[in-house]
Amino acid sequence: MTGDVAVLGAGMHPWGKWGRGFTDYGVAAARAALTDAGLHWSAIPSVVGANTVRGGYPGQVAGATFARALGARGARVLSVYAACASGAHAIAAARAQILAGLCEVVLVVGADAAPKGFFAPAGGERPEDPDWLRFRLLGATNPAYFALYARRRMALFGDTPEDFALVKVKNAIAGAANPYARYRTPVSAAEVAASPLVADPLRLLDICATSDGGAALVLSSLDFARRHGAGRPVRIRAVSTVTPEYPQPALDLPDIATDSAAALPPAPRSFRESIAGAAYEEAGIGPEDLSLAEVYDLSTALELQWYEDLGLCAPGEAAALLRTGATGPGGRIPVNPSGGLASFGEAVPAQAIAQVCELTWQLRGQADRRQVPGARTGITANQGLFGHGSAVVAVR
Amino acid sequence: MARTRTPVVSGWFTEHPATEADFHLIGTRCRTCAAVFFPREDTCCRNPRCAGTELTGVALSRRGRVWSYTDGRYRPPAPYPSDPLLPWRPYTLVAVELAAERMVVLGQGAPGVTPADLRVGREMEVVPGVLYEDAERTWTTWHWRPVGWDRG
Ligand SMILES: [Zn+2]
Repeated sequence: MTGDVAVLGAGMHPWGKWGRGFTDYGVAAARAALTDAGLHWSAIPSVVGANTVRGGYPGQVAGATFARALGARGARVLSVYAACASGAHAIAAARAQILAGLCEVVLVVGADAAPKGFFAPAGGERPEDPDWLRFRLLGATNPAYFALYARRRMALFGDTPEDFALVKVKNAIAGAANPYARYRTPVSAAEVAASPLVADPLRLLDICATSDGGAALVLSSLDFARRHGAGRPVRIRAVSTVTPEYPQPALDLPDIATDSAAALPPAPRSFRESIAGAAYEEAGIGPEDLSLAEVYDLSTALELQWYEDLGLCAPGEAAALLRTGATGPGGRIPVNPSGGLASFGEAVPAQAIAQVCELTWQLRGQADRRQVPGARTGITANQGLFGHGSAVVAVR
Repeated sequence: MARTRTPVVSGWFTEHPATEADFHLIGTRCRTCAAVFFPREDTCCRNPRCAGTELTGVALSRRGRVWSYTDGRYRPPAPYPSDPLLPWRPYTLVAVELAAERMVVLGQGAPGVTPADLRVGREMEVVPGVLYEDAERTWTTWHWRPVGWDRG
């Protein structure tokens, strides 16, 4: 496969609330990924950083910030921002450099130091910014949108709050086995049901927290991997970073209204379906080929939505699939064996990179107690504000 | 002293409706392809098959059906206007599907409307509402209210 790039190294700084700056977490993750790859920083000709909007100016030039902290030495640098998909877009940029022959090995780093409570828009008076407007006019927080989607599933498909709680129970079991996860204790359905309502019908334990964390990957050409002695590396076979297609009939963060489908019929695929679809097409695989999936469970109900958008089951059947145990440990297609965002809390620019770290360890058979037996092919999927989504397919 | 009524965002809804029935959300329609936009697009049509640049204001349907709904149990961060010294009162958010426009528009529920009053598919109408008041101004907005609502 000429389009493949090798994952030589994966590294993370544990998720949590550590009270330090994002650079620290990124550097720790980068050093871990370099050690995992068996490479010294001085051997890396290019670094791509996934930006954070919460780290001041250094956060918006994250590539340079990490390069400087690691010891600036003239490497090619790039900084990427794509909301929740920033990490995957950084991977996409690194892969493009390798496939274009610009350089043979690239370090990808993302890290965040998250605030307490709801994510809020940048300050000032900015009525031209939909993200500012949705807070100003409606007080529509991120959980409010997750709740709208959850309620819609309840009405359309008969999903119940108990189904949503079961997602949390499943992911908490997986997260308890992950040393990088922030939340590492099992959670019962009763505990989810007893947690306070944040946005009806979603409760505190249905919604992912915001965390500090850092994740990094060392990617290379297959040639470089071979010369470096990595005989059978995990390979990234597809990276999808598609935009939505107009008109989108689904209400997307941070919009106050959907597109109108009156003048032009809706696109045949929803945006989330197209995120996975483009990755499947590029990789030449389908959902039936997957050993595992890491999806962006910003809420419990959103994890169920991803089952359908990834084609793991037909629309409306996600809760039934969950109840069979197919997406849990030992199931046919484990979803979020890392513990997911439920166990991590979101560290925005690091999260999509962390998803690929998990795929890497799973495909290498290095995932310890959370190992998916015989994992061969995995996919990650996420979606961020303003029509940013991504999916990465990795194989071994 | 009487406060001035000021729309919280300008050009999105009827500013001085004589009656509730005169109140509309205002979007724009492309003169080339007839695509409708809310919030309004004024310079450039977003239909990828159209290069239209002339868009004119259009009143959106006053009624639609609940697509989904939720509430805010915790105080949202700024710039949502809210006095942190006062106890938080949850508000309801309603996403309403307009049949003619084939689009979904979010809004807060009218005062007193709670999730318990709603179900997906219930018919709603847009009504003038107040987002908040400060010393000089009453900041106006749009609200969704169930058709036939007789409480509050
Ligand atoms: Zn047009």
